[in-house]
Amino acid sequence: MPDHRDHPAYQRLYPALAPDEPAVFFPQKISREDAEHLDALEAQSVYLIREAFHHFKNICMPWSMGKDSNVLIWLSKKAFFGHIPYPLLHIDTTYEFPEMLDYRNWAVQHHNLNLIVKINEDARAGRGDYATRGPIGFDTADPITCTHELKTVALQQVMAEHKWDALITGIRRDEDSTRAKERYFSPRTKDFEWDYKDQPPEFWNQFTTSCAPGEHVRVQALLDWSERDIWLYIQREGIPIPKMYFARTAPNGNRYRFRSLGDWPISNPAESEADTIDKIIDELATTKTSERAGRAQDHHERNAMQKLRAKGFM
Amino acid sequence: MTTAPAPLSTSTPALTQFGAARLRVVFVGHVDHGKSTLIGRIFYDTKSLPEGKVEQIQNACKEEGMEFEYAFLLDALLEEQAQNITIDTTQIQFKTDKRPYVIIDAPGHKEFLKNMITGAASADAAVLLIAANEGVQEQSRRHGYLLSLLGISQVVVAVNKMDLVDFSEARFNEVVTEYKAFLSQIGLEARQFVPVSARSGYNVDSAAPKEMPWYTGPTITQMLDTFEPPKSLAEQPLRFPIQDVYRFDDRRIVAGRVEAGSLKVGDTLVFSPNNKTSVVASIEKWNAEKADTAVAGESIGITLTEQIFVDRGHVASHDVDAPIESNRFKARLFWMGKRHLNVGERYKLKLTTQELDAEVVSIEKIIDASTLESAASDRKYIAKNDVAEVTIQTRGALVMDNADRNALMGRFVIVDNRQVAGGGIIFGGTYTDRSKVKSQNIFWSEGEVTSKHRALRNGHKGAIVWLTGLSGSGKSTVSHALERELFNSNHHTYILDGDNVRHGLNSNLGFSPEDRTENIRRVAEAAKLLGDAGVIVITAFISPYLADRQRAREIALAGGVEFIEVFVDAPIEICEQRDPKGLYKRARAGEIAEFTGITAPYEAPVRPEITVHTDRQSLGESVATILEFLKSRLHAEESFEI
Repeated sequence: MPDHRDHPAYQRLYPALAPDEPAVFFPQKISREDAEHLDALEAQSVYLIREAFHHFKNICMPWSMGKDSNVLIWLSKKAFFGHIPYPLLHIDTTYEFPEMLDYRNWAVQHHNLNLIVKINEDARAGRGDYATRGPIGFDTADPITCTHELKTVALQQVMAEHKWDALITGIRRDEDSTRAKERYFSPRTKDFEWDYKDQPPEFWNQFTTSCAPGEHVRVQALLDWSERDIWLYIQREGIPIPKMYFARTAPNGNRYRFRSLGDWPISNPAESEADTIDKIIDELATTKTSERAGRAQDHHERNAMQKLRAKGFM
Repeated sequence: MTTAPAPLSTSTPALTQFGAARLRVVFVGHVDHGKSTLIGRIFYDTKSLPEGKVEQIQNACKEEGMEFEYAFLLDALLEEQAQNITIDTTQIQFKTDKRPYVIIDAPGHKEFLKNMITGAASADAAVLLIAANEGVQEQSRRHGYLLSLLGISQVVVAVNKMDLVDFSEARFNEVVTEYKAFLSQIGLEARQFVPVSARSGYNVDSAAPKEMPWYTGPTITQMLDTFEPPKSLAEQPLRFPIQDVYRFDDRRIVAGRVEAGSLKVGDTLVFSPNNKTSVVASIEKWNAEKADTAVAGESIGITLTEQIFVDRGHVASHDVDAPIESNRFKARLFWMGKRHLNVGERYKLKLTTQELDAEVVSIEKIIDASTLESAASDRKYIAKNDVAEVTIQTRGALVMDNADRNALMGRFVIVDNRQVAGGGIIFGGTYTDRSKVKSQNIFWSEGEVTSKHRALRNGHKGAIVWLTGLSGSGKSTVSHALERELFNSNHHTYILDGDNVRHGLNSNLGFSPEDRTENIRRVAEAAKLLGDAGVIVITAFISPYLADRQRAREIALAGGVEFIEVFVDAPIEICEQRDPKGLYKRARAGEIAEFTGITAPYEAPVRPEITVHTDRQSLGESVATILEFLKSRLHAEESFEI
């Protein structure tokens, strides 16, 4: 692994790995409890993924490399007996933690992924539509603007190019109050807008399975899962994940870990002793802070997440 | 009153309790009867909120100059706070000492029925709120009815806002008596009525002996703890609807979720509706322990020993206790569509992984969900928020169960304009024993495809609509308008006329009496073939001779195709005035020999099925006359016994 110890992403509370350490963590398979509950979640997600694959011609699975994303890869392989019959998409903001890029390279090989990497190059370089505004980055713009331009707009650009009619996403109801209102199959307009006030009914496992040209449907295969379910499942199945979820010792002597991984300038680790999945699961039983508390763009202003999501953010 | 379970402590539950199955509870009730407040209170009392959430909302209220309310804990979206109503189904979790719960908050506004259905359809139990001061409202009854329709029987009624009626036991009993009477009409029995003040937390998670000493029954959370998790369908007869067939690594894997019962390697499966059988060779899962059996709830794949044709929508069962298959069934239907559901209009029906075109053929009754009164059933549509008993016909066989036998296979949705717009529960279907009566299958036989099979698929029989009349009487105009109407209402139809016959099939024929006769014979033969293929053929020829038309009729009937003679009648003066192709003029000038009506005879039909008078009927009236007649003749038989 390359040496990232001098990279600015690792100069605050969370230090880089030693150069010889791999960025990927292979959990030991342990089945703790709640097997039936996990079985039911898995069966429903597999069902949703297969429904999506059947109904939509041109489908893609966004992949952030985080824990939920890696569970999605796993569930896809469950659904298609070891295969992933659609491309994965990584929206690269250019602010990924370097370890995550190492992880990305490893995962492409390991899972034999058909990975599309998309960067909003115009925004970063300040050309094209951005010529008058200048380059967009965390040094020039606020977190909401950065997230919108480098993630949502980048997604719009790559979707215009590939014309996907469905995206399999890994959002969960328990992450955020706006996500709690989501449907499994959630239609989006041409402009990516989500009409959360007039969503189609969804019951008895029947979904909105077609859309007009130019529109797309978000298939939210992990909607029912909680953060804890995700970890129990990763542990039970032995799903490889990035090492950055585990506690490391900061220069101040305290230990920190990431509960949610995003762009390094706006991702803050939480104080934690959890350096194993067991400890993470135990920690979740007592924590009263929210999972995305460390993600600055969510809290930049009141209702930031709602604004971001209405405009097409995942 | 039932005896109260042991009191609960409200301390933070220990980790091990996560292991219990989550119970999904829907909260329903009239708008402003206090749902969001009750849910907020439950969260607060069971200490299920993330740290800082209450403070965060209290601060937000201060900023906006509003008084803090427990309801705001739920209504996290800005505009919900502004309007003070819940917009959509929200799912959140809380936990008691006994187990975790998923709360589904369903809004009370009438126009938000679809959100309530979306939420309530997946619930294991329900809390129904009635405000003590306002009492039973239309929505209270409607929601009770919908819960019974959705098959939710574990219901606790919270009589809320007891503080507004001075904690009056008499008032509480009034509400209980009135609502119990309503519920008994729909066969629903509330497990408990609990007098509650959600705002103060009385009888929510802890009792209120001081305020309501007359009530010694369980609190809301204690009642919830008595409810049962959903029963596994593993003991039921096997239902394995096929989701897809994949070919990976040279294996053909039949994928789907076992919805009921179980299957094991070596089982003989019957695939409905095509009634093919094969044996399970293996059960396929990726990165899981090898298993020889699969039970209800598992998403699996199987391979078969014999490679038969199996496709999405087929349902595998064992040959005993096989599902019903039919193209016609009775259902209770609720409609949430923006447009009316019209009798006779075609919609997409989805039941598990099956998708079929379907139409409501009749409405038995329309039920007012709050008064339970049946509206007159001569209405030809079902409006938004209506509940109705209907008969539905599908194109092709639908595999199903009665809902009381198997809920998952006994319910379907109807799609209008890409969106799920209605749902229904199947009842009253008849089962046949497939192990004894293999040939009972009413749609798929091993033998040849007959015109009846075609009619069933098309939704109508083939037929010949034979237009006859003078040149200029309007045959061509009528034929095209008729074709358009039939086509728009999803019929297979085709016009044979001089334009497409004279230039090809009959290009070697002239206008001598012999040639005219041969022309009509060939047209009749061609029309018979199309009719047998299931098409409604419209012919538009003068066909002036009685004998020729009689022969055409015989040709059709010999081929089993209905022959409908339509006399397009208009006096010759009018036809000559119209003279759309200038033929009369040329005939008068002697340029055309043997022109019907001028120099050759036209023998009017003696007993045509239909006569239209194009001189005094409008085109619309003429077409309507023909359609009216066709409707009675062309509809596929109610039920085919082949």
